Amino acid sequence: MSAHAHDHAEDHHDDHGHHHKETFITKYIFSQDHKMISKQYLITGLFMGIIGIAMSLLFRMQLAWPDVEFTIYEVLLGKWGEGGVMDPNVYLALVTIHGTIMVFFVLTAGLSGTFSNLLIPLQIGARDMASGFLNMLSYWMFFLSSIIMVLSLFVEAGPASVGWTIYPPLSALPQAMPGSGTGMTLWLVSMAIFIASSLLGSLNYIVTVINLRTKGMSMTRLPLTIWAFFITAVIGVVSFPVLLSAALLLIMDRGFGTSFFLSDIYIAGEALHNQGGSPVLFEHLFWFLGHPEVYIVLLPALGITSEIIATNSRKPIFGYRAMVASILAIAFLSTIVWGHHMFISGMNPFLGSVFTFTTLLIAIPSAVKAFNYITTLWKGNLQLNPAMLFSIGLVSTFITGGLTGILLGDSALDINVHDTYFVVAHFHLVMGISALYGLFAGVYHWFPKMFQSRMMNKNLGYIHFWITAIGAYGVFFPMHFIGMAGLPRRYYTNTEFPYFDDLTDVNKVITMFAFFAAAGQLVFLYNFVSSMFYGKKGPQNPWKSNTMEWTAPIKHMHGNWDGPIPHVYRWAYDYSKLNMDESDYVVPGQDYAPQTLPLQDNEEEMDH
Amino acid sequence: MTAFLVVLVIILFGVAVLQMGKIFKLSKTKDEEGTSEVANDKDNNIHGWLSLMFVLFIYGICIFSFWKYGNVLLPESASEHGVEIDQLWFISMALIFVVGIITQWLLYFFTFKYRGRKGQRAVFYADNDKLEFIWTIIPVIVLAGLIIYGLFTWTDIMNINDEDDPMVVELYAYQFDWRARYSGNDNTLGEANIRLIEGANTLGVDTSDPNAQDDIVVNELHLPKGRKIIFKMRSQDVLHSAYMPHFRAQMNCVPGMITQFSFTPSMTTLEMRENDEIIDKVERINKIRTDKSKELIAKQEEALEPYEFDYMLLCNKICGVNHYNMQMKIVVETQEEYDAWIAEQATIAQTLNK
Repeated sequence: MSAHAHDHAEDHHDDHGHHHKETFITKYIFSQDHKMISKQYLITGLFMGIIGIAMSLLFRMQLAWPDVEFTIYEVLLGKWGEGGVMDPNVYLALVTIHGTIMVFFVLTAGLSGTFSNLLIPLQIGARDMASGFLNMLSYWMFFLSSIIMVLSLFVEAGPASVGWTIYPPLSALPQAMPGSGTGMTLWLVSMAIFIASSLLGSLNYIVTVINLRTKGMSMTRLPLTIWAFFITAVIGVVSFPVLLSAALLLIMDRGFGTSFFLSDIYIAGEALHNQGGSPVLFEHLFWFLGHPEVYIVLLPALGITSEIIATNSRKPIFGYRAMVASILAIAFLSTIVWGHHMFISGMNPFLGSVFTFTTLLIAIPSAVKAFNYITTLWKGNLQLNPAMLFSIGLVSTFITGGLTGILLGDSALDINVHDTYFVVAHFHLVMGISALYGLFAGVYHWFPKMFQSRMMNKNLGYIHFWITAIGAYGVFFPMHFIGMAGLPRRYYTNTEFPYFDDLTDVNKVITMFAFFAAAGQLVFLYNFVSSMFYGKKGPQNPWKSNTMEWTAPIKHMHGNWDGPIPHVYRWAYDYSKLNMDESDYVVPGQDYAPQTLPLQDNEEEMDH
Repeated sequence: MTAFLVVLVIILFGVAVLQMGKIFKLSKTKDEEGTSEVANDKDNNIHGWLSLMFVLFIYGICIFSFWKYGNVLLPESASEHGVEIDQLWFISMALIFVVGIITQWLLYFFTFKYRGRKGQRAVFYADNDKLEFIWTIIPVIVLAGLIIYGLFTWTDIMNINDEDDPMVVELYAYQFDWRARYSGNDNTLGEANIRLIEGANTLGVDTSDPNAQDDIVVNELHLPKGRKIIFKMRSQDVLHSAYMPHFRAQMNCVPGMITQFSFTPSMTTLEMRENDEIIDKVERINKIRTDKSKELIAKQEEALEPYEFDYMLLCNKICGVNHYNMQMKIVVETQEEYDAWIAEQATIAQTLNK
């Protein structure tokens, strides 16, 4: 398969790759077709998502009813839930693996992996990624890391349970807690493979966007989705290797007696030999990825939202250039704000001042994006499809969560809410829920592209959206209050502090909303699976969209377009553009002008 | 047997899903253009209205939370710098509330107002440099104000110096408890290293160091009101975090390094117990505890003790299985009470160098 080897000027005779017969294995398993790989990413991501969300329900139950025995614990957790009582170790394991799975496996691989793969070639007019083989390798390494992560749940001493940030020395010393033994080793191995997978994917995305754009697709005509995926990949390449180095150094500290992160430790009745290392160094390395990671998760969601809001508003995205500039500014700033996770880590307070400054700066491009989304809605003709509702929901949670970020980014204010539930509420809204909304919006919007024009049921989609929207605010709004009351996160139970007794009621409300929201996800799962097989077939371009993926024929094929790849003559956002005498749209009776449509006679040329 | 039943249930569930899928497929109406799953005017109308209701729901849950949960928040600060933090917090909160209320309203109101109708023409409006400039510059100005205010507050708090004759106290963290080491009459802590831990010398204090002789190790933190305290934090094993929410104070305890934080307590424990919010809170907590005790007694278990307010030091960095119960009581008292208390405590010279 050399679907990638195509020349810009002469792409019409590049139609040779897909005549030989595909077997089941090359088509569905070891496929090099970006469309199939994107589906593999999506389904693996959703599967991991089910595990991650189920875990959150378990520990939410423990938090709401700490003294009630639930047989479900024993069924699902085995020896750690004996007699229906959850073991404190397994509580910590659940929060750790929930965080890891949701951040990396669902929102990094499941979101960026799915949509970068699906949309980059289709929206820039390429037959496939620059390297189909590396792309396939990237997926299978992700799959392998998922398997190892899931396997680590079945280790005798339990999976990693030191929090998803795996700060040493706790994560380095098996004698500090049971989960820091084999479970932690598997966690590190799994993440190392995950990082390799992510790097292969990111490099591929970057090369593809730079080199394989079709004729006429200048960088300033790229849909914002592609800009977002492109910059996300760049951030990934810059920051993921640093996490790999942190993981490797930690592996050495654990296995080979080095002291990168360890010094002056007396544990389990003996003083360790380690001397001279610093856990704060690990925190720096971890958050040098950890913070950009937030944007690796969020930018693709914002890109998807930009596209969906413009299409469904039947309006150009407001301030295209400002949106691109914001993405670039956010990407740049995201790499110099990591210290705001460490204001009280013991690092020099002067650094705290610097990081407060850079952190609050990032609010500026974020605010520009939010205002531009709102202005795009203004005087539109909004088609409230489920994807559109999720996109609007994303802007809403992005604003709410972003605003509390202004408090947390302020080092002086962080002192008292650091590591409390206020932080948990903040980041779940701004990156968790927002990115999930982006994922859902993308699935509803591009489902027909993935599954031969089959569409998801819109009424189930609406039910899914409203349940999720109410559930998300119901869970995370009250959570700010228990944080402001001083309740630390990662506590197995709060009953040891009578002072927190009056927070139990709030925790119950949160847990009930969590179950409500999770029930809504079952509606989505049902809709997803049934629509895959029985979904109604829609037209080729169901949302009347301008971007190129909708010009590709609906059939199983590797190479995306029969015959030559169409050329591009305009940007992606000529929605409701009028002709020169303002009597009708550019194309009479059609409120959109696809990117592949040449400039019309009676049309004013803009600088896009 | 259980496993078999579980598998059976899963299979039956799968069959049910497939069957529902078939029903779902059969129940679909004929639709020639294939646009039945695309939003039509009716959907736009319904979900436009629902959006409008949703923004009211957000406001509602906000008001409800303040009304219902407003009383669980921390009471007024018991330290001097905490007042500054609270004020900055209040100003920032007020600001983000104004911004949040307006932007959420615009977002959902536009969704409602411009909901799609057949024949409605969207306005082609792609750019406006002036608008972009305005909403770049306004956040810049507002954030500049917040940043400057925040940085002054932060620098004030973190500028730990010897002015005002501070008292030096070590907070020592280990799995899963705290110790406090007072520096004694010389106000200087003796050298310590975990490699010196042996027997009763659980903090690894260098007992030959003259500065260590008058050090006092206790497991309850007593602080005189109005005296500036410098805390030197050490950890024996893993990361911990010394969190004292009522004093708006927190700092990580890092093995291999000494971290520090400083504050001046401004309210004694007794004064805080007289605080209206605390009286109210303690009353509520005791009501919850009495109700629970009744249940426990009915089950022939021990009843809960009634609660009385005390300041506390919590561990706020995940540190292992008992992380959730790593705490120390803090007592703030008058200078005289403190002097009387500290006089009763044994020094290192008395306990270790007998």
